[in-house]
Amino acid sequence: MATAELDLPTEQTSPRRPRSERRIARDAQKRLTSRGATLAAAIIAVIWTIPTFGLFVTSFRPGADSNTTGWWTFFVNPGFTLQNYFDALTAGGTALTLGQSFINSLAIAIPATVIPISIAALAAYAFAWIPFKGRGILFVFVFALQIVPIQMALVPLLSLFSRGLSIGEVGIFPGFTLRDVDHSFATVWIAHAIFALPLAIFLLHNFIAEIPSELIEAARVDGAGHGQIFFRMIVPLAMPAIASFAIFQFLWVWNDLLVATIFAPSSSLPLTQTLNSLSGTWGDRWYLQSAGTFISIIVPLIVFFALQRFFVRGLMAGATKG
Amino acid sequence: MVTRPPAEGARPTTLGFSLNSFFVWLGDLGPLVQIPIVVVAFGVVVGVILLLIEYAPRPGIGYFWMRVAACFVIPVLAFMVLRPYQNAVVYVVAIALLAGAILFFADYRAREGAGYVFQLIIFMAPAAILLLTGLVYPAIATVVQSFFDKTGKEFVWFDNYVWTFTNAYGFWSVINTIIWALFAPIIATGIGLVYAAFVDRARGEKFLKLWVFMPVAISFVGAGIIWKFVYDYRQGQQIGLLNAIITWFGGQPVGWLDAQPLINTFCLLAVFIWSQTGFAMVILSASIKAVPIDQHEAAQLDGANARQRFFNVTIPGIRGSLIVVLTTITIAALKVYDIVAVMTGGRSNSSVLGFEMVNQQQRFQSYGHSSALAVVLFLFVLPLIIYNVHQMRKQKEVR
Repeated sequence: MATAELDLPTEQTSPRRPRSERRIARDAQKRLTSRGATLAAAIIAVIWTIPTFGLFVTSFRPGADSNTTGWWTFFVNPGFTLQNYFDALTAGGTALTLGQSFINSLAIAIPATVIPISIAALAAYAFAWIPFKGRGILFVFVFALQIVPIQMALVPLLSLFSRGLSIGEVGIFPGFTLRDVDHSFATVWIAHAIFALPLAIFLLHNFIAEIPSELIEAARVDGAGHGQIFFRMIVPLAMPAIASFAIFQFLWVWNDLLVATIFAPSSSLPLTQTLNSLSGTWGDRWYLQSAGTFISIIVPLIVFFALQRFFVRGLMAGATKG
Repeated sequence: MVTRPPAEGARPTTLGFSLNSFFVWLGDLGPLVQIPIVVVAFGVVVGVILLLIEYAPRPGIGYFWMRVAACFVIPVLAFMVLRPYQNAVVYVVAIALLAGAILFFADYRAREGAGYVFQLIIFMAPAAILLLTGLVYPAIATVVQSFFDKTGKEFVWFDNYVWTFTNAYGFWSVINTIIWALFAPIIATGIGLVYAAFVDRARGEKFLKLWVFMPVAISFVGAGIIWKFVYDYRQGQQIGLLNAIITWFGGQPVGWLDAQPLINTFCLLAVFIWSQTGFAMVILSASIKAVPIDQHEAAQLDGANARQRFFNVTIPGIRGSLIVVLTTITIAALKVYDIVAVMTGGRSNSSVLGFEMVNQQQRFQSYGHSSALAVVLFLFVLPLIIYNVHQMRKQKEVR
């Protein structure tokens, strides 16, 4: 979990500012840019990108080359191939090919984003707009659940899934029997949903609680119940917050190795697991791993670019508040 | 049957439909087909919840009966969908009916009007059930487990904790975790802050930001692979960039990931810092922009130079965001697993708590040790969250 306490947008900045104000801002921007700062930033950016760039170059070099010479020799002694990408998609890790596990990753990440956010939105609404005794304490408790490291919950949760739960002699829940199923993602979805909840409830609550109470009251006077208010008003208004958390959640689930390794059966392993086992027994399949890594980066980058409008807006508004 | 001990090997019974049977059916379909089906199925459940929330609390005899039915039918259905064991069906139905009766009674007596408790519980129930079964119960179970031996049968007092601090794996993972938690946030936030400050006055800001942000979108597994190309070590011709530079200057190549003491820890730490700096930078950059420009101008009139303005105007102005970023990265650093798993697998004393406990459990099937490590990790995270809760409360008072 990378963001323990990232505030989501609390206010909508008006999208269009008066033109003169915008021009002043642009002038100020121009006045303040300095060549030294640009150069310094560029140097850091280059240093930051060198490792990725090396991998990028390697992914296009023939396997024999990348096993014997450094990627920088590519510029002196170029050898270009797209074969690595085809090989990587069809080559296997321990159990699956990269192509198959790519699809598994999608099948894990999309429901594991939708489910916790919907559940968290329901709970966040109740925390924000249904007054009840002990609300503050309970909310702090939910927030504090973030202290439970995922690692701490793995073993008990795993045994809950496989052996079930019985209180005394009463079997409340006998566990799942999904061993013979081809592609079972159920336990992974549930585990990801659980681990995402504390943070999701916290962030969405912060946003939903800031919605002006006049709006809610007006709707109630018009005869809307909690169900309609939630569905017709809260969800659309909280969309920027929901979207920006959804991006994070999707990225975490997509990039996760631990939860999937523990909970996913071997036929349902995600991309990260296959990528990790792609190195070959002697760690000599650099060309496959490098191409595979680039394949794995594609989806997060698409998600990020497609939704970055929400993402940046969420970050900006949150930061101005803090 | 009430007094009889439970039968061995009792089979689960269902209504003919259960969560398990749904998952079994779903699991036999193609992965891509599963996505819309599970999302729609889940959407239907949420839709039913919202319908109940909307209609149940209305006044009128029809809605009254609807509420009665919902209070009793939902718990029974929920338990039956979970497939109780054959001889436990009676108990489970009894529990469900009792739960329904309590719910109905509480709802009927609620001061805010009938339907109030009902709505509240339906809003909260999905999250509450998941959190209780998935975090609260496991956390308690892990703490209890940490006092038992490998098999989980024999009570061994603090033996597992003694093991944690005396065994090489445990000891080094504690030390390394402390190093991670101390250095990762400071260095990542420091570089992120400096970069954010530069980028604020640089041309092509968006473009420059993108390059440093990119590692955030790369998984730790990917990052591990990327950095193997920096640390790689072999005799003769070098593939790893770091050793190549050393050999160009006539030095001997170093096996970075096996270099001890602590050198390999810092090599792994570099990967983490590399990937988290972008995160710190984006947030700090946004808050630097929010510092009012007149404060800068006032300081400038008073004759402060750029450096003084940065330390006396900008830094105090973004204090809140700095704390958020620091705690966030610290928590992430404490829980790190993937980087160690991918790059060294805990070799050469490079293990951390988050990795070692999974390792103990997966490789050695040693649940006692693994639980003790988890509890130690938990104790490391605790103060940070207490601090955050404290801050949260203070902020609320200000508002």
